[in-house]
Amino acid sequence: MSTQQYTIVGTRPIRHDGVDKVTGRAQYGADLQMAGTLYGHVLRSPHAHARIKRIDTSKAEKFPGVKAVVTAADFPETPERMVDLGEGDTPLSYARGNVLAGKKALYKGHAVAAVAAINAHVAEEAAGLIEVDYEVLPAVLTAPDAMQERASILHEDLKTNEFGEQTSRVSNVSQHFRHTMGDIAAGFAEADVVVEREFNTATVHQGYIEPHNATALWNNDGRILVWCSTQGAFVVRDVTACLLDVPVSRVKVTPMEIGGGFGGKIPVYIEPVAALLSKKTGKPVKIVMSRKDVFEGTGPTPGSYIKVKIGARKDGRITAAQAYLAYEAGAYPGAMVGPGAMCVFAAYDIANVMIDGFDVVVNKPSTAAYRAPGATNAAFAAETVVDEIAEKLGIDPIDFRLKNAAKEGTRRADGPKYRRIGCVEVLEAMKNHPHYKAPLGGPNRGRGVGIGFWFNIGLPSSCTISVNGDGTVNLVEGSTDIGGTRTSIAMQAAEVLGIPAENVRPTVVDTDSIGFTAVTGGSRTTFATGWAAYEAAQDVVRQMKERAAKLWETDAASVTLERGVFSAGDKSMTFAELAAKIDATGGPIVGRGAVNPKGAGGSFSGNIVDVEVDPETGKVTILRFTAVQDVGTAIHPSYVEGQMQGGSAQGIGWALNEEYYMSSDGTMMNSSLLDYRMPTALDLPMIDTVIVEVPNPGHPFGVRGVGEANIIPPPGAIANAIYHATGVRMQRLPMNPPAIMEAIWSQRD
Amino acid sequence: MPGKVRVQTVINGEQAEFLCEPRQSLLECLRDVVGLTGTKEGCNDGNCGACTVMLDDRVVTSCLVLGVEAEGARITTIEGIAKGNELHPLQRSFLENAALQCGICTPGFIVAAKALLDHEPNPTEDQIRLWLANNLCRCTGYDKIIHAVQQAAAVAREVAA
Repeated sequence: MSTQQYTIVGTRPIRHDGVDKVTGRAQYGADLQMAGTLYGHVLRSPHAHARIKRIDTSKAEKFPGVKAVVTAADFPETPERMVDLGEGDTPLSYARGNVLAGKKALYKGHAVAAVAAINAHVAEEAAGLIEVDYEVLPAVLTAPDAMQERASILHEDLKTNEFGEQTSRVSNVSQHFRHTMGDIAAGFAEADVVVEREFNTATVHQGYIEPHNATALWNNDGRILVWCSTQGAFVVRDVTACLLDVPVSRVKVTPMEIGGGFGGKIPVYIEPVAALLSKKTGKPVKIVMSRKDVFEGTGPTPGSYIKVKIGARKDGRITAAQAYLAYEAGAYPGAMVGPGAMCVFAAYDIANVMIDGFDVVVNKPSTAAYRAPGATNAAFAAETVVDEIAEKLGIDPIDFRLKNAAKEGTRRADGPKYRRIGCVEVLEAMKNHPHYKAPLGGPNRGRGVGIGFWFNIGLPSSCTISVNGDGTVNLVEGSTDIGGTRTSIAMQAAEVLGIPAENVRPTVVDTDSIGFTAVTGGSRTTFATGWAAYEAAQDVVRQMKERAAKLWETDAASVTLERGVFSAGDKSMTFAELAAKIDATGGPIVGRGAVNPKGAGGSFSGNIVDVEVDPETGKVTILRFTAVQDVGTAIHPSYVEGQMQGGSAQGIGWALNEEYYMSSDGTMMNSSLLDYRMPTALDLPMIDTVIVEVPNPGHPFGVRGVGEANIIPPPGAIANAIYHATGVRMQRLPMNPPAIMEAIWSQRD
Repeated sequence: MPGKVRVQTVINGEQAEFLCEPRQSLLECLRDVVGLTGTKEGCNDGNCGACTVMLDDRVVTSCLVLGVEAEGARITTIEGIAKGNELHPLQRSFLENAALQCGICTPGFIVAAKALLDHEPNPTEDQIRLWLANNLCRCTGYDKIIHAVQQAAAVAREVAA
């Protein structure tokens, strides 16, 4: 579907950082070794909900090898204000409270104190000597429980915001909002078929393989230097500065290579703690989380309780859709229920819609973004109900979706009207795929489909490009590279400059060395930082044309650049030839790009999945899986496919196995990678990908962003496949063997 | 504090001697004592495979081996896979197939896959999936990793023929 208008965009060069990553030379955060480093260990609450009455650190402080102990009392007193955490604002007291608990521990694993010692083992031993008096309080673990009238209250100062108005009601519901469009009652009255179902989805974790880590040095000149694995160095800088009450310019954050994030490495956890320990000791302090700490102390994504009701006419048109979304924020407000509400019916053109969203605090770790945060839960519910209606009406599930598909001009219930989008193109690619037409023989097998939408984001990015005399350029940017974005960004500069991608050398730098760049998240990096690179490259071209004009004694406006060759009249020179003359024609050339784009184009994604369900055990085997996604323009198709395959695999894990298995007192019972069961190579088939390219009119190369939409459809598509294999409609995640057997048995009864 | 023990090994073909506490894992010794940080820690309990190394002829998760147990052993880490400046066919095929995204699991996958190819030069897809089931990757969905191993195997067979 791609137009062949580009030379570099759409090709598959080797990634620039590749060799270092296959030889073990790439420096991730935990690999940093600095002379004199102390090692930190964080003491965490053993209770899911408890008042902290007293902390006695004296024994730990006296332990041989211990150099410092800190608690929340070591934070400076700062007036309350809002802090930007990278993907949303939160009160400073909440941000600080999650880094080190103040008066209350709000989840098992909540950081309470930290020790710095000569090595990690000593620090861990000493942390065990810190005495904390807890008054244990009842824990609430699910949104419905936390919403009860008499539920145990997490925050005595948290008052419900209802429909944008601050109420005086103290509760665990931080926010209740509603989006409406049309007349919901009239819409349902018009329907021939109405289906309403309720769903529960478990808390799941992003599951990056690299645990959080941070090294901090409170230098003698007062500057605070931080090295860590983060999705957003500037977020770490700004939040750390805020919690330590210093100007942002006092903090310098160097983003090391990062071993996965998926949204979970946007929040700041240990950086300010390492800084406080360094302030007390005058030495660099390194903290590396254990896997258990990662599960118990860092943001999973919300569990949820969802009701979806959809009505349709016999002709296959949806007349009304209603959703009730109650998401667990974890310990502090900020469940991604807003995006869930934006996405729940976003793939459909529906006249009458009502969506209620509830952001509910519970005694679980404070939740963080996870790849299209909030949308997967919602789409699981919506896509299951859509499938049931299509079946009741006797319409093919893809045809039914096509009849109702969102297109240019469709308005979403939360307000925006779509520009050019690729929902129909994705559905048509699914319908025409050989997978959808292939026979599926054998007992206990079923095929399901599902689709999903993610809006993607813009936000600020910066880039500079300097020209080398040998015809190459150095590209400097501030976006942590989690999945090959150095290359997808460099390729956009190369396309403008007309030089090979290999001749652009991209480097991700610290917060002192580049303009503000927002997080690697929201599928924004190739879109926004790529755009900054595009602008910086245009700036280079403009300056190069001036140099050519000088050499040729003509004016710059008459110089053109085509496929790496500058020309004017009968004169021409390659990029490299002209680059060799920059010293002689005026000196260095540095181009700059700084953008804050608004035109992020939403991405649609769809799956066709075949499953086999073992009727004796309830185990689901994925037989065949096809992922289709509108990515706008695929800059580097291999890494686009990789995003689609990776998102699909995470969606499959979420659908079938992954969950925080909680005891009634709020302990995660499966906090290891053995028991928190992520897909292995043995659990998955090859994942076929179809890249659909409906260019985004809001980006110079048509990029939409590809990282997230792909995780949304798998649970719904798999639930639908399970139904077609077994006859049972699953209404909870994960759909693991016990859940499936329970559903099969209850249907038999 | 417990005294340190002297351990003599051969790491990536070179004699290597280090001092470690009895409680330190081989992973910790490689990373923090010897300074070979290419071997990664993902879970420290043997479930993710990021710390995979060869101990003599066995594939091990180095977090589950004590440093002192390595006495007299030959250890191969990711730093010992390339021959000087020449990448191993697996390293090349991982790059060519875009078989890594964040790259944190890559060293473990390459060491484990090399052991597979040394043991079975012509593995089926199922054999590859089974062999690599101890190595978790959260980014790729494994598809491109499996393809990379298949391609490296084909290249190696061609060279051998």
